[in-house]
Formats: sequence, C-alpha cells, structure tokens
Amino acid sequence: MDLSLSDEQRIIVDMVRRYVRDEIIPLEANLDPDADELPTEDMARLTALTRDMGLYGLDTPPEYGGPDIDVVTRSLIAIEASQHRAGLYVPCYTTFGGARQAQMFEATDAQKERYLYPMLRGELRTFFGLSEPSGGSDPARAIQTRAIREGDEWVLNGTKLWISGADRADYGLVFARTGAPGRGGVTCFIVETQWTGFDVTRVVHTLRSAKYATEIHLDNVRVPHGNILGKEGGGFAIANDRLSRQRIPYAAECLGVAIKAHEMALEYVPQRETFGAPLSTRQGIQWMLVENEIDIRSMRWLVLDAAARADRGEPFRTESAIAKLQCAELSFKVVDRCMQMHGGLGVAKDLPLERWFREMRIRRIGEGPSEVQKHVIARDLLGAALR
Amino acid sequence: MATRMVKPWLALNRENALRLPGHLGIFQLANDAGEIVYIGCADARTRFGLREVVTQALDEDIAGASQFRTESTMAYHSRVRELLQIHLHDHGILPGTNTGLDASRLGRIRPG
Repeated sequence: MDLSLSDEQRIIVDMVRRYVRDEIIPLEANLDPDADELPTEDMARLTALTRDMGLYGLDTPPEYGGPDIDVVTRSLIAIEASQHRAGLYVPCYTTFGGARQAQMFEATDAQKERYLYPMLRGELRTFFGLSEPSGGSDPARAIQTRAIREGDEWVLNGTKLWISGADRADYGLVFARTGAPGRGGVTCFIVETQWTGFDVTRVVHTLRSAKYATEIHLDNVRVPHGNILGKEGGGFAIANDRLSRQRIPYAAECLGVAIKAHEMALEYVPQRETFGAPLSTRQGIQWMLVENEIDIRSMRWLVLDAAARADRGEPFRTESAIAKLQCAELSFKVVDRCMQMHGGLGVAKDLPLERWFREMRIRRIGEGPSEVQKHVIARDLLGAALR
Repeated sequence: MATRMVKPWLALNRENALRLPGHLGIFQLANDAGEIVYIGCADARTRFGLREVVTQALDEDIAGASQFRTESTMAYHSRVRELLQIHLHDHGILPGTNTGLDASRLGRIRPG
C-alpha cells in the first residue's frame, strides 16, 4: 500500500497543522488544563476560520454542505487536529463543526426539516442514547428500555447510562426494545429532551473531567410514531453502522496524541541530564523511544489501511476494529512511556501528558472495549461460528 | 455519590479559609440564611487550589456571602456544572453572583 500523500492531502495536512500550532495551542495556554470549551468570541472567530479553510462540518456529507473529503483525508485531519491538550476528546475544541449524528442523514424529509437541518445550522444539539446500566458493548442483547405502541404514539420507559451531552441537548437518538430479544427487536427513536418524562438525572463523573457522561431516565415518554428513525426493528443496524464508521477517526485521534507525546519526549530527553549525562544517552530511554516509534508507525499503517478500504468501497469492519483496538492500546502505552521519560513533570498538570493518560485509558473502553474489538475480529475470521 | 452537596457550612472567615487544603475542587458560598450565592471551582490554574479561591472570595467581599463549603475533586469541571444545573433545577435561576453564564446553555439536570 502506498502511504504517500497526494498534493491536496499534503496541503490540507499542512493547513490543519498550522491551525493547531498557531491558533489552538496559544489559546490553550490560558485555559484550565481540563478545559473542553473555548470562550465564545474565540469559538466564533475560529469557526469562521475553518469555514474559510473549507473544512467546516468535517463529518457532514457534501450534499449537506460539508467538505468533499474521503476517509483517508478525514483520518489525516483527525491525526493532526488531535495534537493538543484537549485534542483526544475535543479536537480543536470542535471548531471544525463537532461530531454529528450521522444517522440523521437517513431521516425522512419531515425529520430532516425538524431535526437535521437545525442541527447542521448549529441551532439544535443532540445526543446518542444507546448504552444502558445493563451494558453498552452488546446493544442487541443489553437494551432493556421498552417502547410500547399506543395508537399513533410509542411509550418509552427505561434508563440510559454513559450518554454524553444529553443535559445540553435538544433531542437525541434513543434505542429501545420494541420486539423480541436480539437484533431485530431494537428500534431507534428521535426523542426531544423537553418532552414530559424525559429526565437527565445526574452527571457521571469519571477520569475525564470535561465532556462528561450523564444518566437519563425515561418515564412514560410519549414519542410520535413518525419519530422512528429508519424502520421499526431496524435500530440495531443504525447503531452498528455508527460504531463501525466511527472507529477509524477514533483510532486516528489516538494516533495523533501518541505522535505529539512522542515528539515531546524526543525534545525533552536530550535536554534533561541525570548523573552527568543527557537522558537520551541511556539505553533504557532509547528503547522506550524505539518502542514508541514502532508503535506509531504500525498504528499509522492500520488507520490508513482501514480508511483506504472504506474509500475503495471494500468491507472494512475487521480493519477498523483492528485499528481501533491497536490505536487505543498502543497509544496508551506510548503516552505512559512519555510520562515515564518526563519523570515528575509527566504526571503534573503543567504538561498535557497527564490529561492524555487519563483520557487514553477511557479510549480502551469507549466506542467498544478492546475485548469487544477482538470479538468482532474473531467473528469475522471465523464467520458466524461464534454467534 | 450524592449529587447535591450536603456538607455543613463553615463561617467564611480568614481562619477557616486558610485552613483549607490546596486541592483542586469546588466550593459554594451562602448567605446567613443558607441561600447559595455563588458556586465555583478551584481549577488547575490556581496556585493554592481551594484555599486560594475561598480566600479570594473573602477578599472580594461577595455580596451576602457569610458561609462556605468545599469538596475536593479532580472532576471539578463536571462537578461544578452539575451543581449549577441542580441549583437551576431547584430555584429556576443561577446563584446571584454566577453572572456571565448563559443558563439556557448550561444543561438541564433534574435530580430525583
């Protein structure tokens, strides 16, 4: 596989790299180390800048106003945009348009008018309500939230957990069981957060102080039949599609942070002296740098291989699962080694390494834990035998 | 973990403020009646964490503040946002001294 960039890709990568260096990192110096938002005026200025760059709305299809970029280019942007303190979970503080609920592009015309277009204009905010206290990795079996039809409405009851942004959202996609256990019994509903019976009951505090998760209670929430997204019983396919597609940029963001951490270590160890010699002369340090380099190169291959397959229209589920698995695991190791090389400074909030370490730990669980990725890969290797 | 803060109030004076740890965390200020007038956090930009921000509040003579309570937490961002949302849910408005926040964009937690 040829990993060299096209001229256009090189221009885009350089542009995003300069943007992070010249615009994001200087602002970040004045923010709290755990910040996940920019001041309003900076946000407006930088959003205008990304529009001028032609890169606003990265995950929006071109027919809806997004940039016309392929998955490889999207991954290259993710690698660059994540190379700052908040970059793992809020690359460039969402000035490229933030995450979108891609499933909404499959909505009916009426749903698009009411929900999709206002979301694209930044007027409405959304959440993705899949996981429950009973689990999130196996939604086909874990979903216990029930939806029962009453006339032209559905009545939803249940609890959702680990839901990001629900407290600030105007609507969200809520997955509920409408039929028998298993994949065919799950339906996706568009649920407005001001509807009676919809309550965000708490913030779930984790290693990640910013971009927290919430818990949702659904108590007899009445949802119009017209708010089913896709088909009745088709919710699992919608959820699964998101999980597969998001794994590639998710992996690329891990890689970006690993690259930045490695760069910091490469710059630090020749300067830092112990026992009369720079750290860089110690074999123990050199080996850590070598292991970082090998891990980063292998991650890059896996991310771009998965992205290239997606661009060619080939099946990429196995490749995206491998990329997600390896990038989450290896980036965690890279950041850990870089902390070790920085000593006490590595665990202090003076440097971004401690935030990356905390957040990278979550990456091994979020969007499907490493063990679930292995299950996906094994299932693809062995066919249906493991189901 | 309780969502509301239920610790006892301490008198807002220099002696109590200087006794605080330098930890990161969140704090509430209240008037004599126990009505919360400010919710804030000691983030990682502070040099002496909760001790610094509560001492600062004392120096700034925040309107009506006569008591305080604190909670050490590394999750100060999510915790302060949670407490602000709970106050908004309970009272319909933000604490009087939490100016500059857009309540409509804060979020809508409805704790049980």
